[in-house]
Parts: sequence; structure tokens; C-alpha cells
Amino acid sequence: MNVLIYLVPMALLLGFTGLVGFMWTLKNNQYDDLDGAPLRILPDDDIAGD
Amino acid sequence: MIEALDLSNFVERSEPGRAHITLAVEGVGCAGCIRKIEDGLQKLPGVIDARLNFTQRRLAVEWRDSETNAERIVVALERIGYRAHPFAPERIAAEDQHETKWLLKCLAVAGFAAMNVMLLSVSVWAGNSSDMTQETRDLFHWLSALIALPAAAYAVQPFLRNAWRAIRARQLNMDVPITVGVLLALGLSIYETATHAVHAYFDSAIMLLFFLLCGRYLDQAMRQKTRQFASNLASFKAEFAHRFGPRGELTRVPASVLQPGDRILVQPGEAIPADGIIFDGRSEVDQSLVTGETVPQSVDQGAIVYAGGVNCAGALTIEVCAAGKSTLLEEIERLLAKATEAKSRTVRLADRAARLYAPVVHITAALTGIAWLLAGASFHDAIVTAVAVLIITCPCAIALAIPAVQVVATGRLFRSGIILNSGDAIEKLAEIDTIVFDKTGTLTLPEGSADASSVDPDLLERAARLALSSHHPLAAALARCAREPVPYAGVIEQAGRGVHAIIDGQEAQLGSAPFCGITEQIQRTSAPSGDAASSLIFFRHADRIVAIPIRQQLRPEATTVAQALAAYKLELMILSGDRPEAVEPIARRLNISNWQAGLTPAEKIAIIEGLKAKGRRVLMVGDGLNDAPALAAATVSLSPISAARLTQARADAVFLGESLTPVLDAIKLSRHARLLMRQNLALAVVYNAFAVPIAVMGMITPLIAAVAMSGSSILVTLNALRVRFRGTDSLLREFSNSSALPEPSAVRPSIGAAEKNSANYQTAPQTRLECVQ
Repeated sequence: MNVLIYLVPMALLLGFTGLVGFMWTLKNNQYDDLDGAPLRILPDDDIAGD
Repeated sequence: MIEALDLSNFVERSEPGRAHITLAVEGVGCAGCIRKIEDGLQKLPGVIDARLNFTQRRLAVEWRDSETNAERIVVALERIGYRAHPFAPERIAAEDQHETKWLLKCLAVAGFAAMNVMLLSVSVWAGNSSDMTQETRDLFHWLSALIALPAAAYAVQPFLRNAWRAIRARQLNMDVPITVGVLLALGLSIYETATHAVHAYFDSAIMLLFFLLCGRYLDQAMRQKTRQFASNLASFKAEFAHRFGPRGELTRVPASVLQPGDRILVQPGEAIPADGIIFDGRSEVDQSLVTGETVPQSVDQGAIVYAGGVNCAGALTIEVCAAGKSTLLEEIERLLAKATEAKSRTVRLADRAARLYAPVVHITAALTGIAWLLAGASFHDAIVTAVAVLIITCPCAIALAIPAVQVVATGRLFRSGIILNSGDAIEKLAEIDTIVFDKTGTLTLPEGSADASSVDPDLLERAARLALSSHHPLAAALARCAREPVPYAGVIEQAGRGVHAIIDGQEAQLGSAPFCGITEQIQRTSAPSGDAASSLIFFRHADRIVAIPIRQQLRPEATTVAQALAAYKLELMILSGDRPEAVEPIARRLNISNWQAGLTPAEKIAIIEGLKAKGRRVLMVGDGLNDAPALAAATVSLSPISAARLTQARADAVFLGESLTPVLDAIKLSRHARLLMRQNLALAVVYNAFAVPIAVMGMITPLIAAVAMSGSSILVTLNALRVRFRGTDSLLREFSNSSALPEPSAVRPSIGAAEKNSANYQTAPQTRLECVQ
């Protein structure tokens, strides 16, 4: 059972990273325009210049 | 006349030299639109940033004050092909957004904690039936506590706040048992962990919070979405006023920034943007949106006119006066205040259930504890069992049962073109048994239409094409008859009287009888006989004279909707402020025998109060300013999007488009929703009937609690989703022979930009791909 000593903190750390990541995206207003985001990837003009 | 546009009231300045404005944009439908708008604006000198929110159809623009201004940006957008409307961000909307975000944060924290605690709990459950040592189990319980306690302290706040508010008001709502249950479960678990017990309930408490927050967040997000949509529509509808500046110069300003004392110019054919007193000019005003009366009234200097009236004849200069200053508005305000007070006493189904449920739960738990004590169990065991009862009965399913249905039904109604203003509208719509309609603008369309049946089509075409050059509202109705909408050249308009031109080498006139040189004698012989409900417009070409009646037209499907509603055993009534001879033919065509005409707002309220006193639950459908108090007095109310602003704000729901079918849809969908709400409550009761005896006997383990709670929550949510798949037009089809309902996008161009756009909005998902350039 000694394996728990590093497995449990690792699991918690991974989960916590996910939570912090979500909070970060929320703070950056990434959920404000859910219908627009999938459309913004359609235009290709940003790669036309190279 | 080139008139300056003034939007300075809508511009915000966060730092010196930088300005920001939010605009609601019409006609955005695809990825190409985003690019066109953003690129187009960023090319303008001085624009720092332009970002279009596609979900909300709102554009945020930031620019350097020294180089450009808001007016130039709006003009540039118009040149790209999009009409933009200034949008004043409301305080309520900002609070709304803040609340939604906060709930999402709570949801994220609860979700994170629930997943991790469950990981530990499953290990403990597995370990309990194999060879887990007590030390390992304690470690896992303490780890669970470490995750669950801070997470719960954060995520319980929305419930704690509501529960505390309810307790202070000496009431019970769902949040009281939820909060008590969660806090007790956590407290008990800490005690159990400290005494090395086998069971801890950290996972139950945190999972409960997670499920409830899901429901609460969805509810809030749906409400926010419909509110945003409604305020976009309001800004599309917002009218502009021509305001006189200090030196007598005219500027175009949004009507919402008008101040009492401002002088404004209203051209013939324009809507009056604010209440006021006529300072100069003489005209006829169509006040049908205000009073329900369809015949235009002549007004003179010193007369009071109301926002929403249409100026039919000459140009008017109006001095804006404060809202409520005029006698009619004062009366309406007073009636409104009284009616609204009476209305707030209705109790929601969820709260009724909570009032019944919470005491039962608490008493059952207390009785369980006492019974175990009497049966000789230890104090500790009795308390543990009592708390287990509380946890298992915690109204996870009940608290989800109603909001889940409401969220899905609100979305479904939204897609049928109905926007809910109040949260309990669905429940109230489901239980009505009487429908009271206003006539003008509700059963009939806001604009009249020409009755061309008795007119020579060739002559009609000429009259209609000539009408294209007129500003008069009656002419606008006639102009829609034109098969080829090509105006004639060299048309001269005499404001308020008529238009004349040379057609095929001969003089043609369109307008009032005297304008066309028609004497009363000819008028009597040429006019269609005995129809008081219509206004006449005369056309003279060479020696041919024709009188074309402009009639109030029923909304499409009005007769089928009335039939379908009657088949639902609903009693229909018409209460109108218009004259009896205008109401009677409409009532006859709709087969509604119960109608009254010439009513004042107070009389409308009295009739509705009388119906309510007889135990009737009344739905009022109306659009005029004079209907606003009646809408507030009725059990529940609906109004079309073309309604006066004050009236719309009073209605529980607003419907889009020309057709009357949304009224039928609203009732059908809400009845279906109520059925599902009751089913869900029944499901929750059945769940408790199984779970409570197990809990009372002290046989509940955390595993059973987890399975039972998530199982019932999922079941209830799935049941709620059934509203989504309910077809709305099936019943209407039984009553109409025409096979299909009109497409939402097939709204006539005359309806005005607001509805046209809302139709685009609704069909946007389907048309989006075709529109990509």
C-alpha cells in the first residue's frame, strides 16, 4: 500500500490542474460565445499570406 | 435632409482617449458575417478592437476618441450591410451574467470534488468487502474530508443564501432541507471518521451539491439567454427621434435618451417616439396601439399624444413630457400598481411541494431517531440512522424535478417563438381555462390591408404603384398590393392629403375624397356599402374613380387557432377598447360569442377580476397600452412583439411573428410540461417510498445512497427531456386543411425590422452553411 503515498497526491494534483484550467478559461470569457467559436475556425484567410 | 446621428449617451469611456460601445447587430447568420464585420471595422482608422459575439449577436467596438466616433462606426457597418442598434448595458443584465458565472464556478468545484471523493469512496467500498485495513480506510476518509469540506463550503453558498433568506422570511423553500441535509451529512461524516467508523457520507453530500448545481446552472443559463434575446429585440425596435437642438438644428437620437422638455419633430408616417404635448402642427394620429381605437383622431396644438401612436397626416412638433404626467398614463400606472400587487401572491408548484415536503422529511428523521432510542439503540446509532434518513430523502430529485422540465420547456417555447418573461409562466399557462383577447393588434395585424376584391385589378395596380411614393400609413397598406413595386416618376406628395402624378399622360390622384376632387354625392355611389370597420382611400385616374377600403386583417391562422382553443374546452372572450361595429365582425368570424367593446382599462380589469372571483384562471392576450393593467391583473398574460413597450414588460411571455399559433403552442407545451413536472414529482415520491423504509431500518450504506440519488436524478432529467421531442403543430393540423404552417422566415416584409430579424435569428442554424461566402 506504500504506493499510495505518491499515487494519491498525483491523482489529486491532476484533478486540481483540471479545475484550475477550467477556472482560467472561465476567467478569460471563453464560454461567452459558444456558437461563434466553432464558426471562427472556418475562414482560411489567416494562412493565405504565406 | 442630412441629419446628424447622436449616440453619445451609449458610449462608455474606461480610460481617457478610449471609447467603447456595445451594438446589437441585425442579420448576422454565418461565419462570413463575423469576418466581414470585424475586418471591415478594424480597417477603419482609430478602431482598436471589434469583436462580435455570435451567440448574443452583439458587437463590442473600442476606438481612439481622437480619430473616430460611434456614429461613423454605425455608418460603416451599414455600408458593409448590417444594421446596428446602440445597446445600453443594463445593470440587471450585468448581475445576471455575474450570477451565471458564479454558479458555473460552484458547479466546477463541486464536480471536481465529487469525482475525486468518489474515487476514494469506491476504493473504500471495494476494500470493505475485501481486506482493507482500518488505517487505510481512515486515511481515505480523511482525504475525502480534505477535498469535500473546502469544496462544499464554496459550492453550498447559492443554497445557503436562498435558505437563509427564506428562513428570515419565516418560509420554507427547497433550499432549506438541501442545506440542512448537506451540513448534517458533512458533520456526521467528520464525527464518523474521527471515531474510525466504517461509513462516511462525504461523497453523498458533494454529489448532491453537484446534481443540484447542474439544475440550477441550466435554469439560470436558459433564463439569461431568453432575456438577452428579448433585450436585443427591444433595441432593434427602439425608435429614433428627430430632436431639435438649442439652435433649432435637427439631430437623430435614440428615443430612449429623450428628456422631458425636449422638442421633437414627427414626420407623417412615423411613429411617435415619446409621450408629449403638441407644440406646433396639426394632424391625424392613429392611436390604435394606445387605446385600441382604429379610426385616426385629429389632433391640434396642445393635444396630448402617446408613444406608439402613428402620425398620419401633417408634420408635428412635440414637446416631450415626463411619463405618467398625462391623465391616461397616470390612470394606467395606478391600475398597474394595484393589479401587480394582487398577482405576486401566487405560489409556485416547486414551493408548494417544498412546503409539504420539508416538514415531512424533518419529522420522519426525528421520529426515526426517537424510535431507535426507544427500541434500545445507543444514542450514536440513533443519530446516525436519523441523519441517514435526512440524506436519503434530501430532495435531490424533487429539486431537479421541476427546474429540469422548466429549462427544457423554456427552450422548446423559445424555438416556437415564445419568450418567457417570468419564471412561473409555464405553470400558470398550463392551468388556465379562459382566454381573453384584445382585438386591435392582437387578433388583427397591427397594420391594415387593402381589400382589393371589388376593384379592377388594372386600376388597383396603378393605385398601388402610386401609393409607393406616399408616407401615409393607409397608402403603405395599399402599396403592398403592387405586383410590380416600381414607383412612378414625378410624384408630388401633399403631406396628409394625398399624392398625384401623371400616369400614361393623364392626371392621377390618390388620397382623401376632397383631394381627388370627389364630391359627397359621388362618394356615396362609389364607396362599398355599409362597412364601418374600414377606412377608405380614393384613387382617380382620368375619369375613373375608385374607393379602396383598408381593413383590419385577422392574424394568419386566427380562425383555426380559435377553433383549436375552443376544442380544448377553453372559453374565449374578446374585450376591446374599439367601437362595437369594428369588434362584431371579428368576433363573428372567429365564432366567439362572448365579446364586449368600447371598454376602458378599468372596465377590462373589472371584468377580469370578476372572472377570477368566479374561480376562473384567465389568460389575457393583448398589445395596447390600454391592455397593460389587464395583462397584469390576469392570471397569466401574453403579448405580441409588436405591442407597446410598457405592455410587453407586463406580459408573462411575448410571442414573435405574425401568426397567432404561438398562443396555442404556449398552452399546449405548458400543459405537457406540467404533466411532466407532476410525473417527475411522482417519480421522486416513488423513489422515497422505496428508499425511506430502508433508511429508517438503518440499513443504508453510502453505496446505496450514491446509487439511489444519482439514479433518481438521472431518471427525472431524462423524463424532462421528453418535452423537447413534443411536436407542436400536430394538433393545429387536425383543425386546418392546409398541410403546413408558414415558415418562420416567410414573414411579410411589412412587419418591420424587428420581427423580420427575429425570424432570421430563429432559422439561422439551418441557413448558416448556405450563407458562408
